[in-house]
This record gives sequence, C-alpha cells and structure tokens, in this order.
Amino acid sequence: MSFSTMLASMGMGMLRSCLIFFLTLLFALPLGMGVMFLRRSGNPVIRNITKIYIAIMRGTPLMLQLLMWYFGPYYLFGMSIRGYRLPAIIIGFSVNYSAYFAEIYRGGIESIDHGQYEAAEILGYTKAQTFFKIILPQVIKVILPSVTNEVITLVKDTSLAFTLAYNEMFSLAKQIAASQTSFTPFIIAGVFYFIANYVVAFVMERIEKALDYYH
Amino acid sequence: MILEMNSIQKSFGDLEVLKDISFHVDEGEVVSIIGPSGSGKSTLLRCATFLETINAGEIKYMDQTAVTTGDDGVARYVGRNELNQIKRYFGLVFQNFNLFPHYSVLKNIMDAPVTVQKRPVEEVRAEAMELLRKMGLETRAEAYPCQLSGGQKQRVAIARALALKPNILFFDEPTSALDPELTGEVLKVIRQLAEEKMTMVVVTHEMPFARAVSSRVIFMDQGVIVEQGDPEAVFGDTQVERTRQFLRNYQR
Repeated sequence: MSFSTMLASMGMGMLRSCLIFFLTLLFALPLGMGVMFLRRSGNPVIRNITKIYIAIMRGTPLMLQLLMWYFGPYYLFGMSIRGYRLPAIIIGFSVNYSAYFAEIYRGGIESIDHGQYEAAEILGYTKAQTFFKIILPQVIKVILPSVTNEVITLVKDTSLAFTLAYNEMFSLAKQIAASQTSFTPFIIAGVFYFIANYVVAFVMERIEKALDYYH
Repeated sequence: MILEMNSIQKSFGDLEVLKDISFHVDEGEVVSIIGPSGSGKSTLLRCATFLETINAGEIKYMDQTAVTTGDDGVARYVGRNELNQIKRYFGLVFQNFNLFPHYSVLKNIMDAPVTVQKRPVEEVRAEAMELLRKMGLETRAEAYPCQLSGGQKQRVAIARALALKPNILFFDEPTSALDPELTGEVLKVIRQLAEEKMTMVVVTHEMPFARAVSSRVIFMDQGVIVEQGDPEAVFGDTQVERTRQFLRNYQR
C-alpha cells in the first residue's frame, strides 16, 4: 500500500476524530457551566451530589466510562445498542469533560473579586446582566489557559474511541499498521494529532491576545 | 428628608456591629461619618445601601419605606420591585473603586444608564463626557481602568455613580486605598459636588476634609453614634471625652 493510499484511507478517520472533538466541545462547554452552577448551589444535597458526580468523572478512566455508556443500556436494560456507537462516544466524552470544565469555570468564578458583584448590584444590574456582562467576560479571560490545556487533552483523548471500535483516526492507524505490517500509519497518526494541537494552541493564543487589552 | 434610618441593629453572629443607630439626611446635606476602625461606619453604609441586611430597624428613602420592623422585632424588607425602585435613589462609591476592568472608562460610566435605565445611548454618551470633563478626565474616555492611577480610577467611579443621577451619594472611605499624594484630587471632586449641593454621606478618615466640607459630622464608636453636630462644634471643642480622645489620637 502506497503512502498516499494510506493517507487517503486514514482521511475518513481524521474526519471522525474531528467530529468527536467538535461535538464534545459543543456539548461539554455549556454542560460544564450547568454542572458548575449545581456545584455552587446553596442547597447542600445538590452540591454534594454534584461533587460525587465530578469525583467519579475525574476519578475513573474515560475508557471505562465509554464502555459503560455503550454497553450499559444492553446489560442493564437489555436494550438494543445497534447504531448507538457514536452517540455513546459523544455522551461519554461530553459528560466526562463537562466535569473538568465545571471545575475550571468554578475556579475562574471564584477568582473574581466580590466587589464586582456589589458594584453591579448598586448600579442596578439584574443577576443575569451581572453574570453575562460583568462576571463571565472576566472569567473567560482568567480560565483561557486552563481551557486550552483541557482542549489539547481532548484532541488526544479522541483516540480512546477505539475502545468502542469506532473507526476514527487511531483505530484506522492500528488496523492499517497490522494489515500492512507497517509503522507508517502510526507516524501519520502522530503527525495528525500534533498538527491538530498546534492549530488549537494557535487559535487559543490568538483569543488570549485579543483579551489582552486589560488586566 | 432623603434618608431616614431608625433604630438600626446589625450583628454578624454574636458580634453586635450596630446597636440602635438612628440618623437622617436632608436634601443638600453633606454628612461625614468618622470614627475608629471597627466602629461600624462602613457597615452602616452597607446597610443603608442594602449590601447588608439589617436585623432590626427602619430605613426610608424619600419617605418610601424600604425596611420596617414589626412588634416581633424582625426586620422586613419590601418586595423586590419596590426595593429596586428605591435603590435608584442612591449611589455608592467604594473604597476599592470596583470599576469593571474589561470596560473602557466611557463604557464603565455609560453601561448602567443604557442597560439598566434603558436611556438612549447618544444622550447618555453626552452626559458621560460632560461628567468626565467635570472629573478632569475627558482625555481618558477610551482608556481602561488598568491604565489609570488610583485617583483617576476613583474619579471614574464617582462619575459612574453620578451617571445614574442618584438623589444621594454614599462614599465608603473613598481615599483610603490611595497614595497620599492622590487623595487631594478625589477630595477636590467631592468638595466640588458639595458646592453643587449634592446630597452626600462620606465615611472618611480625612479629618481636615470632613471639617471643611461637611454640614454635619457623625462620630461613631463601638456600634453607636457617640456624637453628631456641626463640624466646628465636633472638631472645635467637643464636650464628649470619647470624641476628644479619638481626635487627639488622630492629630498625633
């Protein structure tokens, strides 16, 4: 198999990896916001349940969680899991990453001076206006480096989808490497993840620069 | 009467910070509150501006009741809508400015009138520029708070409070976070407002300023008003030993 054929057959894998990446961000970023609000809830029951949730998400391997999400419905409820592969992956990734994002958001929110809330209250802003106009923009600036870290980890973690035999980049690399007894697919995979993360770092740096006008 | 506070009590846990405080502010008055640290001055201001909730007592703005206390001794605030309406009567300038760092100077001043009061942008902009001129900061309209000195930040904060056209403006130690050489420019602005008959309550440690600008001085200690009156009477020859002691310590 020539190099270009290898690259072509791995192309679909790259697209699938990108699909996992973007769908996970799409769901996990806002979901993390919700988890953060529950984690900061005044109600101790809600707060503690959320704490346990975050502890499980961060304390067990994502690979194991993916297996649970995919096979769980069959073993627990006898449901058919045909065609459920991609949804299980996206649910598993989103739910897992939302726990990490929630904690990043929480750190950002708690770093904002309480005086900002008081000033907004005195000026008559509603709670929603205070959050979206005054607090959130400052939080985004504070948490950007941590979010970058997490997003870079996500790029590499997409390879865990191979556990559910989803033909993304990494699964295909393994298959082709085995069938062709060649090491090249792994090199291609490595270069792919590296370039993807280079782009992520570049974009995030641009956003950081754009928010550099104040401190 | 713009503000009336009667029999205010406030505790933090077991600590009684305000013990039965009553005072009022008339239109055009400049009231200075002085006293040692921990006397309850700032807490009184925070209760007046609803940043803290009182345990008992009564607060009225422009004869509109914000809090009352029934026979059971529990303070009851009016509903949220009414309270929000009452909040429009006052502004507060903080010790630490609390400007919004991600907004330019102009936006800091304009945003609340536009977002909260829903006033037309162009009208608000003209007023904001006028306020900046008054503060001597017209050239810094596009600057961000991090590019300003402490004195400039505090003047922007004053402009921001004035942009909402409050009936009464509170100052919580407006110069305490400033380098000594920067306090003058802020005090000058407050003095100018006093000349324009702006109603103000100023918690301060600047005794010469309080003496020169106030129409009335309140001396607080350990959660009570020890003495209040004409600044010359309080600073000149107070008959109260505790006040005398405090002022003597200050002159040293």
